[in-house]
This record gives sequence, structure tokens and C-alpha cells, in this order.
Amino acid sequence: MQDEWTGESVEAAVGAALRALGQPRERVEIEVLEEPGGGVFGIGRRPARVRVRLRPSFGEAATAFVRAVVAYLGEDVEVREAERVERGWRIEVAGRASGALIGRRGQTLRALEYLAEVHAARRSGERAALVLDVNDYRRRREEALVKMARRAAQEVLRSRRERRLEAMTSYERRIVHMALQGMRGVTTESEGEEPNRRVVIRPTAE
Amino acid sequence: MSRIGDLVAFLARSVVDQPDAVRIRETARDEVLEVELQVAKDDLGKVIGRQGRTIQAIRQLAKAAAARQNRRVRVEVPDRP
Repeated sequence: MQDEWTGESVEAAVGAALRALGQPRERVEIEVLEEPGGGVFGIGRRPARVRVRLRPSFGEAATAFVRAVVAYLGEDVEVREAERVERGWRIEVAGRASGALIGRRGQTLRALEYLAEVHAARRSGERAALVLDVNDYRRRREEALVKMARRAAQEVLRSRRERRLEAMTSYERRIVHMALQGMRGVTTESEGEEPNRRVVIRPTAE
Repeated sequence: MSRIGDLVAFLARSVVDQPDAVRIRETARDEVLEVELQVAKDDLGKVIGRQGRTIQAIRQLAKAAAARQNRRVRVEVPDRP
């Protein structure tokens, strides 16, 4: 497909490209290859040259980014094409991922997810949330956290004594808070400084 | 440049407005690889991110790359050249 256009000015060249592509400006990336110039009294003047390409979707940009990073890390995994999910996108990574790709308590995975989201939002012009998972690690970890939180809350209800959970990342603490939000008889709060911040479960006053 | 430096450069270029201005300087000090990441002045905020979140994420991935080579890494962003 043609991706270079010319015109008397950069504006005119871009306009021609948008008409040919039938796209609004915010859906394309514009690269100015050559400013118009030269010539005398309009004779021998070089036209402006621009490259105009359709922006990738958020999912395409995020997938390409994750694939590149995984290659830099030398991970032997398959990065599946991003899929649309409720309120955003999801990318599944499958294969023989090393522990380094996930990191302690999933820190590396979340760092990659965050950068992919920032990059994809810039490239695509679309704001969306990204969930990145490796061999279902996130899902299993979330399930385990919810189970553990409920068990701890039951114990608080029985003993009427507060209980401090192990240190967690902000993401994990949020899962715990949400899991216990609707539970009667207990409240939750985060205490302490990162990276040792933890959730405290307390019995509510009778 | 090492693979770690290449990765840091790639990550930084993916989040700034002026990717061509991204520069990496590596110094090996004992067991620690020091990576100095320079970006255009207007891109400092982009590479650092809200509450330092972007640079922390870049550091985390650099750490993962280094761990695979049994090395340690420190990534710094000088705020003036």
C-alpha cells in the first residue's frame, strides 16, 4: 500500500494522504520526510514529502512490544496476539518461561505489563488497560490470594483479634481488599512502607 | 553494548517523544553493570513517569535481563547532561 505522499506544503501532503486513506488524522502516524523548499519564484521548488501510516491498534502495539522484550530477555516462550477483554486487552504468554520473566511476587511481569501499556497507548492513541499473563500465573496467584484472605478473615472473626498478612505488592493488596470488601464483621487496611506494606484485617466493633 | 544496555535503550525509546535522543553509557564496576540512560530534556518526565513508575519498571526489566547472566545492574538517569 502506498505510504508516501507529496504536496505543496506538509499540510497539503498530509491532507492528500488522509483523503486517500479515508482516515481521520488521529488514526494515523505522520513522518515528515522532506520539507518543501528550494526554487526561485515558485520554479524548481521541491514538494513536501510525508509518510503517513495507519496507527496500530492498542493490542497490536502491545503485542509487538512484549514480543521484542521477550526476545531481548532470551525467553523461550510464545506471545499470543492480544485479545480484547472487558475494559481493555489481554496478552497470554505460554511456554518455558524462566522465573526471571515473572520475578519475585510477579514484579517483572507487572513491570513489562505497565511499560507495554504505556507504549501501546502512545502508539495507538487509545487508552486501555492491559493484562499480561504468563502460563496463567496471574490467575492462579489471584485465586490463591483470595482463598488465603478469606481463611485469615474467618480466623479474625473467630478470635476477634486483628491479623497482619505477609508483605504484598499494591496489586496484590488490592485483590485482598476487594476479596474482603463485602464480608461482615471485618475491615481491611494497608499499613507500613513499601516494599513491606501489608494488609491488616481487623474485627469491626460490635 | 551489552544486551542489558540494548534492552534499556529499547524500553526508553518506546516511551519517549524523541527516540533518537536516547543514549546509553555502560560502565562495569566490580560485579555491577552501571547503565546511564540519557534522554532529551523534554522526555525526562516521560522516562521517569508518574511517581517514578516508568523508570522503576525499566529497572525491574533490566534486573531480570541481568539475572539471567548472573549479573547485577544499576540504571541511572542523569537529570543534566
